[in-house]
Amino acid sequence: MKEHELETKRLGETVMQRLVQHVAIGIGLLLMVTSAIGQQILNPTTQQGVLPARGTFIIRNARIVTVSGADIENGSVVIRDGKIEAVGTSVSAPSGAQVIEGRGLSVYPGMIDAGTSMGLVEIPQGANGTVDTSEVGEFNPNARAIVAVSPHSAHIGVTRVEGITSAVSAPTGGLISGQATLINLLGTSPKEMAVVPNAALMINYPRLGGGGGGGFGGFQQQFNLADALTNSERQLEQIRKMLRDGEAYGRAQDAYAKDNSLPRPNHDVVLEALVPYVRGLQPVMFRANREAEIRGAIRFAEEMKLKAIIVGGDDAWKIASFLKEKNVPVIFTGIFQLPSREDDPYDVMYEAPAKLQQAGVRFAISSGDPGAEVRNLPLYAGMASAFGLSKADALKAVTLYPAQILNVGDRLGSIEVGKMANIVVTDGDLLEIRTKVRYLFIDGRPVALTSRHTDLNDAFKNRK
Amino acid sequence: MRRIIVTLLYISIVCAMPLGVTRAQARADNPSETLIRNATVLTITHGTLANTDVLIRNGKIAGVGKGLTAGANARIIDGAGKFVMPGIIDCHSHSMLDTINEGTLAVTSMVRTSDVLNPTDIDLYRELAGGVTTLNLLHGSANPIGGLNTVVKIKFGRPASEFIFPGAMPGIKFALGENVKRSSNTNLPGATRRYPSTRMGVEETIRDAFTRARDYKKTWDEYKSAVAKGNKNLMPPRRDLQLEPLVEILEGKRYVHAHCYIASEILMLISLADEFGFKIKTFQHVLEGYKVAKEIAAHGAGASTFADSWAYKIEAYDAIPYNMAILTRAGVVVSVNSDSDERARRLNIEAAKAMHWGDLTEEQALKLITLNPAIQLGIQDRVGSIEVGKDADLAIWNAHPFSVYARVDTTIIDGDVFFDRQQDLSRRADLTKERAALEQADPNRPAARGTAPQAPGRRRPSGHEDDDIWEGERP
Repeated sequence: MKEHELETKRLGETVMQRLVQHVAIGIGLLLMVTSAIGQQILNPTTQQGVLPARGTFIIRNARIVTVSGADIENGSVVIRDGKIEAVGTSVSAPSGAQVIEGRGLSVYPGMIDAGTSMGLVEIPQGANGTVDTSEVGEFNPNARAIVAVSPHSAHIGVTRVEGITSAVSAPTGGLISGQATLINLLGTSPKEMAVVPNAALMINYPRLGGGGGGGFGGFQQQFNLADALTNSERQLEQIRKMLRDGEAYGRAQDAYAKDNSLPRPNHDVVLEALVPYVRGLQPVMFRANREAEIRGAIRFAEEMKLKAIIVGGDDAWKIASFLKEKNVPVIFTGIFQLPSREDDPYDVMYEAPAKLQQAGVRFAISSGDPGAEVRNLPLYAGMASAFGLSKADALKAVTLYPAQILNVGDRLGSIEVGKMANIVVTDGDLLEIRTKVRYLFIDGRPVALTSRHTDLNDAFKNRK
Repeated sequence: MRRIIVTLLYISIVCAMPLGVTRAQARADNPSETLIRNATVLTITHGTLANTDVLIRNGKIAGVGKGLTAGANARIIDGAGKFVMPGIIDCHSHSMLDTINEGTLAVTSMVRTSDVLNPTDIDLYRELAGGVTTLNLLHGSANPIGGLNTVVKIKFGRPASEFIFPGAMPGIKFALGENVKRSSNTNLPGATRRYPSTRMGVEETIRDAFTRARDYKKTWDEYKSAVAKGNKNLMPPRRDLQLEPLVEILEGKRYVHAHCYIASEILMLISLADEFGFKIKTFQHVLEGYKVAKEIAAHGAGASTFADSWAYKIEAYDAIPYNMAILTRAGVVVSVNSDSDERARRLNIEAAKAMHWGDLTEEQALKLITLNPAIQLGIQDRVGSIEVGKDADLAIWNAHPFSVYARVDTTIIDGDVFFDRQQDLSRRADLTKERAALEQADPNRPAARGTAPQAPGRRRPSGHEDDDIWEGERP
C-alpha cells in the first residue's frame, strides 16, 4: 500500500518532470525561433555590392529617444519599407515583422554630420590619386560631389557603424568650390546614397590675411593688412560677378523659353549650376571662421539674396545676436580646435555651441573633418555639453538641427512617423564614449556592424 | 585686425609674467597640506574607492582613506561628487618646444629638446585644463635617429628649469617610414636630397650609427681600462656628441622612443636592436602594432599609440581602433598619446575609446594615460597612480573622466594647484578689462600719419604637431 502510494507519487513526479521538460523545450524552441529572427537582423548582409533589403521590423520594449518629442521610456518603433511606420507605447508588431527585443537598449535617430568630404578623399596625404576634393581654379560651381563620391570608401563603413547615418560631403577648393551632396552612408552607387544630390553651393568666403599659412617647412610671408584687405575685396568682387552672371544667365534662358524670337542664349554648364542658388531656392554654404568673415558672408548673402549657411563659425558666438537677427544658421566645426588667440579662454571653442544656443541661433555641430574623424561626431557634441549645452540640445545638434538647416527636417533627424528610417539602437547614451551601437538601420535597411576596421581586428586579434 | 595682433603681443609681453603667476598661483598661496575630502578616487593600482579622502603633504600623497585629517592651514577641497585621478601623462608631445625637427641630417642624436623649452606656451595651460600634468617632449620625426627628449611636469608660470622631471630616464627619438623618407624630398629650390629615401636606407642608417657607436664605446672602454691599469700618458679619445647618446642606449642608460607605423618596419627595428643588444622602450604611434603584437611583447617594448586616428597618410591606412586592446592583451605596456597640443587636452576621451573599441576594462583603459606611460618613461615610482609616497599630481573632475560630459575642476602638481576652473572663471572679467585697456593704450592706436604699427608674426605657431596627424582641411 505504502509502496503503491510511493509509486503513484513517483509517477506523479515523473509526469510533473515531463511537463516541466516539455514546457522547457517549448520555451527553448520559442527562444530559438526568437533568436533565429534575431539572427536575421543581427547578421544583415556583409557582402559588398549587395544593398540589404528593406523589410518590416519592430524594435520593442526599448527606450525611444525621439529627439523631436519626449523620450518614451518603454516603447516600440516599427520600420516598414524604409519609413518609420509607428512609434509609441502601445504599438503592436505588424504580422511578419522581424522583432528586435530592445530591453535595456535605446533607440535614436541616426546622426548627421553636415561638414565633411566623405567619399571624396580616402587618404589625404601622399596619395593624391585618392583625393577628389579640390578642382583646379577658383570658380567651379559645376563640380558636383555626388558625381565623385565613392560608395566603397572605407570611411563610409567605419563611420556608419558608430551611428552616423548621413553626411554632407562637400568639395573644398578655390572660392566657389562646387556643390555639396547630402548622402546616407549606405549604398552601392551614389544614386542609392543620395538624399539630396545637390544640397548646397560651397563658397570659401575670402579670408582676411590671405590664404593658408606656411606648412611643414613653408616660408612665412610678411602679413600686410592693406594688401590682404584689397585682395579679399577683389576676391569677393569676383564671386559677386560670377553669381550675377549666373542670375543673368537664368533670366536670359527663361526669357528665351517664353519668347523664341529672342536671340538664343548659349548653354553654359558653369552658369547653369548657379541658377537655383542665386534664386535662393537652395542654400549656399559659406566657409567662414573669423568674425569679420562671418559678418561679411552674411552681408554678402543679404545683398545677393542668397540662402546662407555658415560652415566653420569659429567666432560665430561673438556675433550671435547678429546671426539670430539675420536668421542665418551655423554648422559649427570648431569644438576640437585650439582657441585661435592666446588670450582666449581655454574653453572658448567648447563653449561656443552653448552660447549660440542661448542667443537663439540655429546651429549644428559637425566634425568639419573630411572623413576619418567623422565617426567621433557624438564626442564633438558631448564635449559641447560638458561646457554648457544641455544634453538634449547636444543630441539635437547632431540629429534634428542639421536636418532642419539642410531643409530635410521633414525626412531626417528624429524618430517620427513618416520619416526615413535612419535608426540607431544603442546600449546607452548615444553621445557617451563607452556606448556601443547594437543595431543600425539606414533608409529602413538593416546594416551589418562591420567595417574595414572590424575586419582587420578579426583578422589579427587571434594571431599567436 | 592688426590692432588685435599688436594687442596680443602687448598682452603676452606685458602680462606674461604676472599672468603666469596668477594662473599658477603664487607659491606662497600654496599651503604645505591639502585635503581632498569625500571624493571617488581612481587609484589605478588599488581600484576605485568611493567616499575617500586624499591627503597631500609637502608635494607628496600622504594618505588615501576615510576620515583623514589635516592641519589648520591646510587647503580643503570638497570632493563630494567629484572624481580624483592621477595627473595624465602624455607620452608623445611637442608642446613648449620652440622648434621640433633638426631635419638636415639623418642622425641628429647630438641635439636636445631641453635647449628649446618655452615655458610660456599657452597650450601648456590648456593641457592642464584637461588634467595633464606630465609630458614626454620628443624631437620630431624627420630622421631615423632624432634628438634627445625631455620629460617635464607642466609647472606653467614657473621657469623652464622647474619643469624638468628629475629622475626621468633620458630618452631619444627614432623615426621610421614616410616622414623620414619625405624629409629627403625637400621642395626648397637648390636644396639637395637627404639620404635615406627608402625603408632600406632607414635600416642602414641606424645600423651604421650603432656600428660607429659600438666602436666608439670600445675606444673609450680601452682607454678607461688602460687608465685604470695605471697608464697615465694616454690621450683621451675625442668626444663625439652624436655617438655618446647611442653608447648610452647600448649601455641601457637611455630609452629609445621609436616613431613607426607599419608592421615590417617595426620588425626591422626589433631585429636590429636585438642584434646590437639594446631595447626599444616604446614604439610610438605603432598603428600596425596589432599585426605584430607578439613580437613587440617578446622584445619587451612598450607601445604608445593613437586611439583611433587613421588614413591621414598611406602608412596609417591599416590603423584600427582595436590596436590598444590587441597590444594590451598580448602583454605589451600600452599608452595612448596626443602628439598634438589640441588632442592632449582630452586624453581621457582617447583612453575611454579603448573600452568602446576592444573592450578593455576600466582599469586597463585608465592605465593608458597614467601608470603605463609612467612605466614607459621610467617614472612609475613617482607618478601614474594614487599611492602614499608618490608625487601629488592629481586631476579632479566633476564627473567620471571617461564620461564625455566630464570637465576638469582642478589640476595639482607636486601638491600645488596649477589649474582651477573657478579661479579661471573669476579672472575672466579682469582679463577682458585688461585687454580693452591695452587696446586703448598708446602704442596700439593707429598712427596719426604714416603707416600703422607693423604686426609681428607669432613667435611660433600654436598647436604644433609632429606632422603625424593630418588636421583636415580647414574651411
